[in-house]
Amino acid sequence: MSTNTERWGTRVGLVLAMAGNAVGLGNFLRFPVQAINNGGGAFIIPYLVSFLVMGIPLLWIEWAMGRFGGMRGHHSAPFMLDTMARQRLWKYFGVFGIWTNLAVAAYYCYIESWTMSYVMHSIGRTFDGMSQTEVANFFLNYVDITTTTTGIPFEAPVFYILCLLLNTWILSRGLSGGVEKTAKIGMPLLILFGVFLAIRGLTLGTSGASASHPDASAWAGLNFLWSPQFDSLANPKVWLAAAGQIFFTLSVGMGTIHCYAAYVKAKDDVALNAMSAGWMNEFVEVVLGSSIVIPIAAGYLGLDWVKENAGFGMAFQTMPFLFENWGPVLAAIAGVFWFGLLFFAGITSSLAMGTPWMGFLQDEFNWGREKSAWSFGALVLVMGLPTVFFYNYGVFSEYDYWAGTVSLVVFALAESIVFSWIFGIDKGWREITSGADMTVPIPYKFIIKYITPLFLLFVFIGSVFSPMGGDWAGAWNSLLAGNGWILDNGSLIKMVLNTGLREQIAATTDPAQLEHLQTSLTLVSASRALLTAVFVGVCLMVYTAARRRPRGKESGT
Amino acid sequence: MTTGAILMMIVTMAIVTAFAVYFFIKVLRTPPKSDSYIQSNQQRKE
Repeated sequence: MSTNTERWGTRVGLVLAMAGNAVGLGNFLRFPVQAINNGGGAFIIPYLVSFLVMGIPLLWIEWAMGRFGGMRGHHSAPFMLDTMARQRLWKYFGVFGIWTNLAVAAYYCYIESWTMSYVMHSIGRTFDGMSQTEVANFFLNYVDITTTTTGIPFEAPVFYILCLLLNTWILSRGLSGGVEKTAKIGMPLLILFGVFLAIRGLTLGTSGASASHPDASAWAGLNFLWSPQFDSLANPKVWLAAAGQIFFTLSVGMGTIHCYAAYVKAKDDVALNAMSAGWMNEFVEVVLGSSIVIPIAAGYLGLDWVKENAGFGMAFQTMPFLFENWGPVLAAIAGVFWFGLLFFAGITSSLAMGTPWMGFLQDEFNWGREKSAWSFGALVLVMGLPTVFFYNYGVFSEYDYWAGTVSLVVFALAESIVFSWIFGIDKGWREITSGADMTVPIPYKFIIKYITPLFLLFVFIGSVFSPMGGDWAGAWNSLLAGNGWILDNGSLIKMVLNTGLREQIAATTDPAQLEHLQTSLTLVSASRALLTAVFVGVCLMVYTAARRRPRGKESGT
Repeated sequence: MTTGAILMMIVTMAIVTAFAVYFFIKVLRTPPKSDSYIQSNQQRKE
């Protein structure tokens, strides 16, 4: 019998927590970069189409599955799938709904800890008077744990552990007393900080141009971001990137939405809640996310610089330098707002990652809330320390690829098949519309059954067989001409084989570089083994839990 | 900015903001049906 007696405090709190789960660092850092790299304004069309035919259906599927499972005492994905599908195998697909969160939290909390540290450095005026190169190097020194830039020894691991302790403590306070309270504080502040910075980004114009960057213009950045380039709509690479971004941004395919929705009662709405949380996330991503990094960077450094350097590192390696142009007081405020915003975006997501593991232990092993929370913290620490200590050796990226990319698609595909085809779309539709405070458009019944699984299959196959440079037309021509399909090193097949790393090793002549790459290969393989071991461990726990259940309750009853 | 880019930006932002505000207001105005939420349960007892 489950010891889980958690409940949400208010409906608004649930929606804010769910929106906070979705809103993450990717809303501000990944979305604008994806848009820049995939046709600017044209990217938004496949992006919104993906949101409508894949994002919204998956939100409804996951909310409905969560409430369905919660009514039967399940607060994590394995036994939710087990109750919906009679075949025993499906519950092991549900393991993705726990494992993904453990693995993503391990490296995600590391980024979150950077934002904590950078808030402190912004208040302490650390970046005052630094050149662009010095700000960029500050970050490189920060993640190289053998050096310290602030006098705090091992600053990166110290902040990582502090961040994990904070997450664990909040989780131990429970759903309404910890997670919901954090969302109620964090989400309004995040939007406030975001609006302030977006206004600066949208009104910067050409005032940031300087002798070194005479052509700098925020308008040029916005123009590039929003100019429709409709020819790119025919490129599958753009559609794959748009669909991938929808996965990241909505936190679907992780198991967190299932868990949060499991605490909603049978008669309560899931359809409107899902739409509200989903569209709130889209507001933060499309409206705020597109109005901060790109226009501010283009406003001071020029569009060409942005095109060449657009990436995740801009948040930490460039933004503090750009804020310095606003004078000492405003620079400090902007730094606190920017990194504070990222921190709230991060913590509302990382807290969600803790709940499926906790729900699983409480349901299946009768663990108490605090014990479950601290076990999450301990496990994430063990899994996360390799990403901290070996960040420069590709361990971080390895976690991100398998847990933060591949796993999401696999689990989403599995759950959409279970929901629409095994549980059945008629019963599934009743679950979505039961208690709904809005009219769910009937075409979505067809979309959920056919379009969403096909779209997910397209995304999965696209990632397995991704052609060289994302050139699908060229790859088909090559195949038809009898020259075979040339895979990109980022394709799943080549990633499994570590082809990119091996090619780098073969091409390197510098002994120091060679040693670094060979160490990277060893550590990447070791981290893969660790991730596999944790996955197998969770499978064994699910197997044990299933064996402990009374006969007849194992599935489908 | 070109006219096309301005239009694309304004229309997209307006649509997304309108939906986000509309659904959030709908959540705020619709009372929960059961005792799912601690606060609604407390209000019912009072």
